[in-house]
Amino acid sequence: MKQNWFSSKAGIITVGGVIGGLAILLQYLSNPANMGICVACFERDIAGGIGLHRAPVVQYLRPEIMGFVLGAFLTALLFKEFKPRGGSSPLVRYVLGVVAMIGALVFLGCPWRVMLRLAGGDGNAIFGFLGLFGGVWAGTLFFKNGYNLGRTTGQNTVAGLLLPLIMLGLLALRLIFAPVEGQAQSGILWYSLKGPGAAHATVFISLLIGLLVGFLAQRSRFCTMGALRDLILFRQLHLFSGLVALLVAAMVGNIFLGQFKPGFTGQPVAHTQEIWNFAGMVVAGLAFALAGGCPGRQLFLSGEGDSDAGIFALGMITGAAISHNFGMASSPDGIGPHGVAAVIIGLLVCIGIGFGHLKRS
Amino acid sequence: MPNEVDARGLSCPQPVLLTLQIIQSSVGKEDICILVDNQASFENVSRAATAKGWTVAAVDQNNEEYRITLHKG
Repeated sequence: MKQNWFSSKAGIITVGGVIGGLAILLQYLSNPANMGICVACFERDIAGGIGLHRAPVVQYLRPEIMGFVLGAFLTALLFKEFKPRGGSSPLVRYVLGVVAMIGALVFLGCPWRVMLRLAGGDGNAIFGFLGLFGGVWAGTLFFKNGYNLGRTTGQNTVAGLLLPLIMLGLLALRLIFAPVEGQAQSGILWYSLKGPGAAHATVFISLLIGLLVGFLAQRSRFCTMGALRDLILFRQLHLFSGLVALLVAAMVGNIFLGQFKPGFTGQPVAHTQEIWNFAGMVVAGLAFALAGGCPGRQLFLSGEGDSDAGIFALGMITGAAISHNFGMASSPDGIGPHGVAAVIIGLLVCIGIGFGHLKRS
Repeated sequence: MPNEVDARGLSCPQPVLLTLQIIQSSVGKEDICILVDNQASFENVSRAATAKGWTVAAVDQNNEEYRITLHKG
């Protein structure tokens, strides 16, 4: 039996630490503050970049996301783990993706950014973390009672290739229609002139780091939601140790680079409404738990040929568009006009999906 | 076979959940077989079983399928 060092204790801790370090490096190289890597935010930026929503401050085709999928895809090919599969309640997964993004954008970040915001000293993220923990905990209750979305089956190679190809296409668009200084549009793509969408490392650095993270995460099965789920459900510290390593490495990196600024007010791309920071991540955490992986893990799985994970990722991009178009996404000023409705409906949808998929006794 | 779990096609955390369930319900010294269809599930099942004091006695790999035999103690 061939051993996979990355899935060992030392492996997952190393991967978590390296990812934390790379995220801080990306911030140092002009990615937004406390947002070196944020899967939800970056998918939201992609939605804006292709015009699915028109929030002017969050439009950019983030090469990190393409790198995540393509890096995992190439790694899976290399290690003979590319396996086209799907058919495990795809539409349910799509809806969970939509809801997860809506919840994440009430908080302003996915589980990855929860950790990076904590590492940057953003006290508001404490409520986000508690919400994430609560959401995942609620998800484990469903699992304990037989929640199951059904088995996947093998699929045609094309099905497994589609999401990596979509990412390749987006990367090509980003390179063909490169941003033009002072222009909000370049060809068919939209770009931010200010705000987080305008803050980014160069395309090659973003892509390279994305590919590297894709490789590391595919080998190690790194998952920020799984870290909490396994801790709660199995009292298992394996993935959690990787998450802690990410936090510690990012915090040390921030302190070293002078990016650690503890406090609650004036934190970058964050608001101070504790209850909604908490509630938004409850919804997102529950949706990620019910779908079986954090937003990053869904991208890595889709690179391995898991079309259900690909559908979840597309659901997240759709969710970002809906969030901004319907005034459900938060801003540094606070939650959006329909943020409360978004949280309530999102929670009801998750609970309905959860109860609806309990094993009949 | 009563002590066999088919976790093929199931995603996280189902293979581990099913493994722990059969471990908890097992009596005596009889081995348990878990079927999975990807390397990640193989790693997860092995890790969880080892943490419960079981050992991976044998792994039969056939194409992309793994038959993991778990032995108590």
